Amino acid sequence: MANDPIHQFRIHDIAGPWNIAGYEISFTNSALFMGITVATITGILFLASLRGALVPSRLQSIGELRDGLIDNMVKNVLGEEGKKFFPLVFSLFSFVLIANLLGMFPYFFTVTSHVVVTASLAVFVVLLVVVVGIAKHGLGWFKLFVPHGVPMAILPFISLIEIISFLSRPISLGLRLFGNMLAGHIVLKVFAGFVVSLTALGVGGILGAIAPMAMAVALTALEFLVAGLQAFVFAILTCVYLNDALHPSH
Amino acid sequence: MDASAAKLIGAGIACIGMGGAGIGVGLIFGNYLSGALRNPAAAGAQFTNALIGAALAEGLGIFSLVVALLLLFVS
Repeated sequence: MANDPIHQFRIHDIAGPWNIAGYEISFTNSALFMGITVATITGILFLASLRGALVPSRLQSIGELRDGLIDNMVKNVLGEEGKKFFPLVFSLFSFVLIANLLGMFPYFFTVTSHVVVTASLAVFVVLLVVVVGIAKHGLGWFKLFVPHGVPMAILPFISLIEIISFLSRPISLGLRLFGNMLAGHIVLKVFAGFVVSLTALGVGGILGAIAPMAMAVALTALEFLVAGLQAFVFAILTCVYLNDALHPSH
Repeated sequence: MDASAAKLIGAGIACIGMGGAGIGVGLIFGNYLSGALRNPAAAGAQFTNALIGAALAEGLGIFSLVVALLLLFVS
């Protein structure tokens, strides 16, 4: 079916599959677009920092604004000692942002619309929180699950709720990005499909197709907003979770 | 009623949950805006908090969408 809204998410092999040590490994379109994403990030940042002019050019401004945004975020949420997490948060933000924006081009593959990619990023972030917390505070880090000033009688329940809410973080962090990108692209495809099937009906259909066409244009603008917003949200939630590792006491 | 029809109805019912997320996000931004109009000087510093709240509320709506998609596409 030509306007099947799910077809755009299909992963297919570009090269391969090769049989390496008993596993089937192939170069897919997902891997290709992850490579393009990383190349774009590196290219933009390399060109932006090529000439460190005092009055920045447009490209240098892009690099500096992005850097300043994340720098501010890390400083506000994590404080001064969070400085060493700046490269991590900046890399995550850049990867998600550029992957989302590349997905907006027609016929391009959206890397972040696959739960395996977003869940890997989210699980990595939450595992990092555990590792940093235990490395910094030892077993005292587990006080995160035992809030201050709660009566002894209800403390076990509160601790249980805190543990469940901590364990659900990688799920919600990964699914949020995945769900937003998937739902947005499906809605775009569905409205584009309305245009195609209405124009097949003749002159009246073409007139009727104006409304879904306008809606598709508006939704494209909304999707650009969502692409930026979700990258920002992913980065700031990473900061909020890392804050638990650095300052576990409530 | 056979299983596939029940699956489709279940997917439709699961999507009702997204309405709750809509209410939540609307409440957050509506209250942010009314607070921002009362005290515009403090609004800029709180915009990030509004976004965090909206993202957390929206994530729960996305869960119900995922349930609907699982019902539709996972056999």
